[in-house]
Amino acid sequence: MDKMVPYPSGAIVPERDVDKRPVLETHHLGIDFGGLTAVDEFSLTVGKTEIAGLIGPNGAGKTTVFNLITNVYQPTRGTIMLNGKSTAGKNTSQVNRMGIARTFQNIRLFSNMSVLDNVKVGLHNSIKEGFFASVTHLLGYKKAEKIADARALELLDFFSMADLAEETAGSLPYGAQRRLEIVRALATNPSIILLDEPAAGMNPSETAELMENIRRIRDTFNIAVMLIEHDMNLVMNICEGICVLDHGKIIAKGTPDEIKSNPKVIEAYLGKKKEKEADGNA
Amino acid sequence: MSIASKYKGLSKYARTNIKTYGLVIILFAVLYPLSNAGLVSYSITGQLVPICTYIVMAISLNLTVGILGELSLGHAGFMSIGAFTGAILSASLQDKVGSDPVILLLAIIAGGILAGIAGCLIGIPVLRLSGDYLAIVTLAFGEIIKNIINCLYVGIDSKGLHINMKDAASLGMKGGRIILNGPQGAVGITKIASFTAGFILILFTLFIVINLIYSRSGRAITAIRDNRIAAESVGISITKYKLIAFITSAALAGMAGALYALNFSAVAAEKFNFNTSILILVFVVLGGMGNIFGTIIATALLYMLPELLRDVGDFRMLIYAILLIAVMLLTNSSKAKLILENAKLKLRSIFRKNNDGEVGSNG
Ligand SMILES: Nc1ncnc2c1ncn2[C@@H]1O[C@H](COP(=O)(O)OP(=O)(O)OP(=O)(O)O)[C@@H](O)[C@H]1O
Ligand SMILES: [Mg+2]
Repeated sequence: MDKMVPYPSGAIVPERDVDKRPVLETHHLGIDFGGLTAVDEFSLTVGKTEIAGLIGPNGAGKTTVFNLITNVYQPTRGTIMLNGKSTAGKNTSQVNRMGIARTFQNIRLFSNMSVLDNVKVGLHNSIKEGFFASVTHLLGYKKAEKIADARALELLDFFSMADLAEETAGSLPYGAQRRLEIVRALATNPSIILLDEPAAGMNPSETAELMENIRRIRDTFNIAVMLIEHDMNLVMNICEGICVLDHGKIIAKGTPDEIKSNPKVIEAYLGKKKEKEADGNA
Repeated sequence: MSIASKYKGLSKYARTNIKTYGLVIILFAVLYPLSNAGLVSYSITGQLVPICTYIVMAISLNLTVGILGELSLGHAGFMSIGAFTGAILSASLQDKVGSDPVILLLAIIAGGILAGIAGCLIGIPVLRLSGDYLAIVTLAFGEIIKNIINCLYVGIDSKGLHINMKDAASLGMKGGRIILNGPQGAVGITKIASFTAGFILILFTLFIVINLIYSRSGRAITAIRDNRIAAESVGISITKYKLIAFITSAALAGMAGALYALNFSAVAAEKFNFNTSILILVFVVLGGMGNIFGTIIATALLYMLPELLRDVGDFRMLIYAILLIAVMLLTNSSKAKLILENAKLKLRSIFRKNNDGEVGSNG
């Protein structure tokens, strides 16, 4: 007989179905900052090669959800499962090694390092080079670095950035910095990549290229993508499932078409607009 | 292709190596024959080994402060551990091992290991925390080590080592001699350190530190400094790499300490106090955070400066302080940076013109 594995939500599933489970599941996730409940009852599943969108007005708690999933914040309530394994008690770097990579809303590159080195830091856990190889530059150092260089260039080339490899990361134009952050995250060989407002500050042609790239990431690496974005055109075009957050709570989940016509969503967004108009008139 | 453009084509690692090793080797090649021939004043010859040890101290501290980005205010504490480990070991090996260089080597290794262990003991609890805790703890560590050694008595006789924290009389020795005599520190040291040994220790330090910077571990350490949150997000264990950098830095300081102690006939714990830690930090700050080449120059110059200013008598510390402030203002003001940049560009264009001229005359 199959072994039974309890879901964090309380249900029981046979173990044979465990690997058929989605890549990421959150159950009743919540966090309080002092008295403020920033996120509450956040339950969501993301399929193994799904492109999922997380949208909502400013301050809804979207970035906080990413920080919870990557254990930057320890959740006050709820559980997170990655490929059927709980991430409870792990730190951010361990969560990355389990398979979650991310980018940041306000770009966080190693700005004094070269573009190539930024990607090689992403490759850190797949480079076989111990401390003694590091300090002597012997004992397999040359081979390890050669493999890492080749892999890093390959990844950069995927985003047409190979010619920028020698540049200092901080000196790149804004769009290229955003792309480099994605390359660095992909270098960690994740099973899901979380993108926090990847199109922010991009012009329409850069955004169109980004949309194409996100699809290519999913198709080439066979991984899931979850993105936060304010650009509705981008979200509606590439996301297969969308989750709408308002005041820390999920107000709607569904396909782009369902979300577009959901009265609650319209109210959340239009309501904000009305408030703003009122402010403007005052 | 000119030498300059060939140099430009090299990797950053190769350029750093050529520049830094080159500087050290040239300095040695000039000073060694001079000091042997007695052409350098005695006050400078006597400073050669201390300069070497302070260069190693500053490079190793730069690993913690410049490369890892953590503030340490007790680097002299590790030097102290190395110094007294080296003194005790060399005294106990004096009759057993015939060759002085071997004793020196063993003393330096032992000093490095013990200081490394101390670095580990401090690092494991403190480097887990984010914030400036390391500065506070290393500051306390430096003082504690000093006070412990101040009341430590070690002697050696036919039965072996005797250790005690009360006084020399309670060591209960039959004959033999005292190695560590409380506040007097290590006494009766056989001076076995040499300028050549100092030179080799600098090369060893450069080898370890520069290789480390340009490696997988080094990238992880620099990444933590540049952006800890991002480094965490790509799966780097922060504590592990902070520890690697800090322990390496401590071990190198311990090695420098052993060399330092074995250059004098007596060394007191008071020598490795807070002022010494700050002095080394000043070398690092003025040499440039993470800049090994600059650190060597700053240390050599600033260490010699009080010596060279001896003629000015009472005013020398005043002049020293004013010079320090001037350099600090110069390296930190944006206006001064602009002026320096412009001067650099002008120099470069002059060189280019000269080069073009040569090409023209050749053709
Ligand atoms: N570390 C923290 N401490 C206290 N409050 C926080 C913290 N992080 C987030 N918050 C609060 O949680 C709420 C949600 O913030 P969050 O950054 O997740 O919003 P967001 O949906 O990403 O908004 P935006 O679209 O502007 O990026 C805000 O009210 C914010 O002030
Ligand atoms: Mg946000």
